[in-house]
Amino acid sequence: MATRQTGIVGRLAVAPSVAALFLWMIVPLGMTIWFSLLRYNLLDPGNESFAGLMNYRYFLTDPAFFSALANTLKLVGAVLVITVVGGVLLALLLDQPIFGRGIVRLMVIAPFFVMPTVSALVWKNMLMHPVSGFFAWIMKSFGLQPIDWFADAPLTGIILIVAWQWLPFATLILLTAIQSLDEEQKEAAEMDGTPPLSYFFHIVLPHLARPMTVVILIETIFLLNVFAEIAVTTGGGAQTSNLPFLVYAQALLQFDVGGASAGGIVAVVLANIVAFFLVRMIGRNLDA
Amino acid sequence: MKRVIYGALGAVMFAALTSTAIAQTKLTIATVNNGDMIRMQGLTADFTEKNPDISLEWVTLEENVLRQKVTTDIATKGGQFDVLTIGTYEVPIWAAKGWLVPLDNLGADYDVDDLLPAIRAGLSHEGKLYAAPFYGESSMVMYRTDLMEKAGLKMPDAPTWEFVADAARKMTDKAGETYGVCLRGKAGWGENMAFLTATANSFGARWFDESWKPQFDQPEWKNTLEFYVNLLKDAGPPGASSNGFNENLALFNAGKCGMWIDATVAASFVTNPKDSSVADKVGFALAPDNGLGKRGNWLWAWSLAVPAGSQKTEAAQKFVSWATSKGYLELVAAKEGWANVPPGTRTSLYENPEYLKAAPFAKMTLDSINSADPTHPTVKPVPYVGVQFVAIPEFQGIGTTVGQFFSAALAGDSSIDDALAAAQDATTREMTKAGYIK
Amino acid sequence: MARKQPMQRRVITTAAAWIVGFAIFFPILWTVITSFKTELEAFSSPPKFLFFDWTLENYTIVDERSDYFRFAMNSVVLSVGSTLIALLFAIPAAWAMAFAPGKRTKDLLLWMLSTKMMPPVGALIPIYLIFRDSDLLDSRAGLVAVLFLLNLPIVVWMLYTYFKEIPGEILEAARMDGATLWKELVFVLAPMAVPGIASTILLNVILAWNEAFWTLNLTTSDAAPLTVFIASYSSPEGLFWAKLSAASTMAIAPILILGWFAQRQLVRGLTFGAVK
Repeated sequence: MATRQTGIVGRLAVAPSVAALFLWMIVPLGMTIWFSLLRYNLLDPGNESFAGLMNYRYFLTDPAFFSALANTLKLVGAVLVITVVGGVLLALLLDQPIFGRGIVRLMVIAPFFVMPTVSALVWKNMLMHPVSGFFAWIMKSFGLQPIDWFADAPLTGIILIVAWQWLPFATLILLTAIQSLDEEQKEAAEMDGTPPLSYFFHIVLPHLARPMTVVILIETIFLLNVFAEIAVTTGGGAQTSNLPFLVYAQALLQFDVGGASAGGIVAVVLANIVAFFLVRMIGRNLDA
Repeated sequence: MKRVIYGALGAVMFAALTSTAIAQTKLTIATVNNGDMIRMQGLTADFTEKNPDISLEWVTLEENVLRQKVTTDIATKGGQFDVLTIGTYEVPIWAAKGWLVPLDNLGADYDVDDLLPAIRAGLSHEGKLYAAPFYGESSMVMYRTDLMEKAGLKMPDAPTWEFVADAARKMTDKAGETYGVCLRGKAGWGENMAFLTATANSFGARWFDESWKPQFDQPEWKNTLEFYVNLLKDAGPPGASSNGFNENLALFNAGKCGMWIDATVAASFVTNPKDSSVADKVGFALAPDNGLGKRGNWLWAWSLAVPAGSQKTEAAQKFVSWATSKGYLELVAAKEGWANVPPGTRTSLYENPEYLKAAPFAKMTLDSINSADPTHPTVKPVPYVGVQFVAIPEFQGIGTTVGQFFSAALAGDSSIDDALAAAQDATTREMTKAGYIK
Repeated sequence: MARKQPMQRRVITTAAAWIVGFAIFFPILWTVITSFKTELEAFSSPPKFLFFDWTLENYTIVDERSDYFRFAMNSVVLSVGSTLIALLFAIPAAWAMAFAPGKRTKDLLLWMLSTKMMPPVGALIPIYLIFRDSDLLDSRAGLVAVLFLLNLPIVVWMLYTYFKEIPGEILEAARMDGATLWKELVFVLAPMAVPGIASTILLNVILAWNEAFWTLNLTTSDAAPLTVFIASYSSPEGLFWAKLSAASTMAIAPILILGWFAQRQLVRGLTFGAVK
């Protein structure tokens, strides 16, 4: 369907975006790779020296590295599952004719409006705090022992907070996609008496395949870099530190630019690996 | 119509030209969002009236963000700030690097000898003052007089840890949501580690020996950590391992803590009837000790400094002088009462009868500050300065890592021995990488 | 399209939707309620919902202390500016990738997304140094550029997804009727893609509005947006919940308004049935 004319025009249309992003990628990336090979501490400027792979060695042999890796993957995986499944269900629900649909939509999308730092503070102190939090009050009203989220199940607590923030994103994209579901197909299915479950699995879900893939890929990129919620709630630690948090510790606590750069490159490598697997699994939905 | 337009244009040009006639130096001030600084921001008019050629631009941020921004900026010479708010941690390090301007132009009636000696020592390098203290603090015990009475105990002015632990256990009523003692547990070099380092000093422990070898494998640190974890398990609130200063303040003000050992500045918060439900039931005591010669109190002063290489050092020093002068203290007293004056900087404040009357915690604060010695913080000799921190650049990272291990021990995720071993390994690793340990 | 849904079913789905919506919205509602309490009551246990001393003191304090409008103005300029510029770059790109795909289109899309893989904190110093040397620190232009580049991949991806929903035949038909490329984009494609463009604008404005790493580190005062405003209310020494709640409510308010208008664009059944 692409004529030769549209082929050239197509390339021109994409060119500015590609050029801009290429610059944005290559300059910081280049500098980061260069810094990662130096012994460069911000608090000791002017004393940089070439250090080869020393920073990488230190970063990868950090005893916290493997637990951070595991936490990163657990966080991303759990939030993806919650938001995609929840997003589909919510999109279906909000697609129905209901009274006050606009308001309900706004309520569901609202968590995305709040700054992550503020979300984390509100959840940690006003909702999840075992003494004065809202959840504690509810549990005490039922005679149960309140959960000390950040002592007993810290990663779960953080997963909840992050999932709450990202659910609107998935819902919004999936809802917009559902809107474009062919009206005629829907009416035909109704008239044929197709059971709703079958309708869902055979018509709605395939239609949503591409948007779901987009949601998963975009969310993964963001979730791999979750940081504020961890810093605010637990301040890190074996149970909750993830890879970006380790890089942060290098960059803004140690002010070790060399180490932080190495950590950043390691994180990029990890992200590429994750993306590779994701694309293998669901990437074909992109062209469907 | 044309005349109106030309007239208006002329007026605008006139205004533009005349306003630029008074060349204004704009000072960008980076500061923490603590109450005393916010108050200072509100009193800007007093300074700008006396100095019409200087305008002030305030950048107020929470402590962690501020520290990151200010450090990044000064290390890269970004030049974004003209006056910095930094603490007794940064000053020794940055002064030694030549990043700060020595404050020798603070004005004739500044009276630098009036500054409390411990604080002045913490802010000087090779005899010169590099930052002017805005407010100073130590740590002390704040306790509920009514709960102590109910438990049949009387708090001495200078308690021992044994007494405090016993009192805490006696005051605890978990079913009634009263917890004998609230202490910091959240991981962070300035959070739980500030408290634990200062406490460890009173147990005879130290971070490093003279050859920079970490000391977590020694009995003193084990005693400290065991004492801390067991005390909080028996007498502390749930969620202790993620409670920092603010969470404990909220708990104390809601009446849930029998004792709270934390910064002396908290005293004005817990006795303020507007914010505290127990304002009239609070007593104060020095931070506890074990009879080894060092008490568990720390020393900190938020101070104003001027970055080296700034083009505006003269205006900046004028501002620094104004904000930390005796005149400023009187200004705050006149506008908001003596109880709200920034504490812990000048001897003259503590000799002022009006201040002592308005602030029942004043004497305890002064004694705490005076008994802290950053140059000799521990029982055994050490190669570093700093009471609740080690004034080396690597400490932020190391302190936070160790803080995470200790917080996990408190949460029950790790045994005390494992936490100490992990702390020892991590610290040794970092110190070797940084070149302290050969 | 007005099919008669049985009333009963409508009521049930309405009830379900409202319960779910309310549960999700609750933390925000709680923040707004807290902004009207005194600091002492903000932390009271058991928590109070309606029966407490409502007060406006927190808003007064926030208003006196910070120049809300300057921060808000900066947020608006930064978010809207970067999103509009991103749209300018992304609409042609997404059009090309959706309707004139090549062999490398999918790789190109994935590469664009990969520019977001670096944890921002790892690239902080290089960017800070570049900004310092080009005098872009604390400038709106610099931040708009950064936010534009951060969000461009997302805008391209989202538009690509929505464009893919639009049958290519319609565009072909328009072209065969003699429409130029420009007319094709503006008069045929854009109207059909309104819901998609609306939700893309909404999400990206929000992403830029809440971007708290670069905005905190690259601005000081002139270009500082609401994220810096919030950072000046969070975690000081002392009780701050009520004030932070007030500040947060003030920070979210513009977005809630934007969100209300944007979600009205998510109107169902736009044209496809009619065209066929």
